[in-house]
Amino acid sequence: MSALMQEMNAKALRLGIPLSVQLDLTYRCNERCVHCYLDHDDHGEMTTPEIRSLLDQLAEAGVFFLTMSGGEILLRKDFFDILEYARALLFCVKLKTNAMLIRERQADRIRSLGVDSIQISVYSHRPEIHDAITKVPGSLGRSLDAIRFLRAQGLKVIIANVLMLQNIHDYPGVKALAADLGVAFTIDPTITPRMDGDRSILSLNINQASLRQVFRDEALVGDVEEFCAPPKQADEDDLDVLPCSAGHSACYVSPYGDVYPCVQFPLPSGNVRRTPFLDIWRHSGQLNEVRSIRTRDLPSCSRCVHVVGCTRCPGLAYMEGNMRGPSSQDCEKSFAKTGIPSNNLLSRKSRWEALVHIQSAKELVTLPAISPTPAP
Amino acid sequence: MNNHRYVARSSEIAARRLGNEMMIMSGKDSTLFSLNEVATVIWEAADGLTTLDEIVEHKICQEFDVELAEALRDAEALAEALAEHGVFLLSDEPFQYAPSGKEQK
Repeated sequence: MSALMQEMNAKALRLGIPLSVQLDLTYRCNERCVHCYLDHDDHGEMTTPEIRSLLDQLAEAGVFFLTMSGGEILLRKDFFDILEYARALLFCVKLKTNAMLIRERQADRIRSLGVDSIQISVYSHRPEIHDAITKVPGSLGRSLDAIRFLRAQGLKVIIANVLMLQNIHDYPGVKALAADLGVAFTIDPTITPRMDGDRSILSLNINQASLRQVFRDEALVGDVEEFCAPPKQADEDDLDVLPCSAGHSACYVSPYGDVYPCVQFPLPSGNVRRTPFLDIWRHSGQLNEVRSIRTRDLPSCSRCVHVVGCTRCPGLAYMEGNMRGPSSQDCEKSFAKTGIPSNNLLSRKSRWEALVHIQSAKELVTLPAISPTPAP
Repeated sequence: MNNHRYVARSSEIAARRLGNEMMIMSGKDSTLFSLNEVATVIWEAADGLTTLDEIVEHKICQEFDVELAEALRDAEALAEALAEHGVFLLSDEPFQYAPSGKEQK
């Protein structure tokens, strides 16, 4: 991040301005990815006038970066009307899409509207893997065609490669593909629980050994020694930092108008159909609670050896049951980087051991009862 | 630069007021700019129908304690620099279309 961007972020924090907002236009999708956290049925999306009104309010609130995502954003028939309206309000617009519906005409329109960047999910360079994850035959081919159309327009494209059990061996191929296409590449080794709380898809997460391997790939992380360095000793100032920008200078709005601190932090904080956005942003009890939390307020994490360098996601912690608690997926990452377990992992281990002892003790106690003593 | 030139905001940018400053990203090269309070006044007045010297004389010199010649020199430099990144459009004739943005707060 540039020094000026850091300065802008700091200023937004001081002034209480939501510098970045992700707006999901729809949860409907033309793919059915195995790891997706969304319910794709339409439960009453905001109408075009409602979204226009929301965009007016976001501009008024000072939002600069507007990420439009979904679901698949191009499934909305009014997508280009919304995009045009957003650009007229001078947002810096970023799109997240699977690009299946982007052909030459759409790419040309996206360029003419001055979109900043387009992030496209590519799971593998091999169609049989990518298409098995999206459950749509031919989807890799269509997404790659779209990337070529967008590049031909001179647009900035980023390939996002979510890592999971199905594609863990393919990221070097996707990275090479991105280089061939002349686009940026980013990986994400985090599978997010479903927004309804179902955590079953977490079983798709890559294991500790794979995570360790990814974090030691120089082509991805640069200086491995620095990236995987032992945790730094925390001082008093480290405990006063904000855990994350969610709810501080960023937030998320769902297709139904629900406001959350972040797409990965589904704490209902208000709905723009009932309350003006700025009222929610300034006065929501939930957002203000999120804002009140400093690292020192995290009971386990503040005493953890990884407190300084941890990537702890408060949203994942919330979905684990406590927004002040640890995010186990980030504990796993810290462990994979350094080989040093977090407080949370140690405590889970000791709880597991205790459970084993209890079971053993129970066995001992109950054995006589289930083994009838022969009558004398 | 000729101060009688007309200045307009490009539509190929992203912009938002942040406190008393204006945050602008060039669509041409994604360069990020932060305009201070004085530059923000010029930005907001750049409607494509007013010349730079009129903006300086009627807005800057009215609102800030600065000599006209010095203000003109600085405003010229600002307009040239922003024009290089496609943030401002400069013309000897008034622009025929409305400047960018529904909202310039």
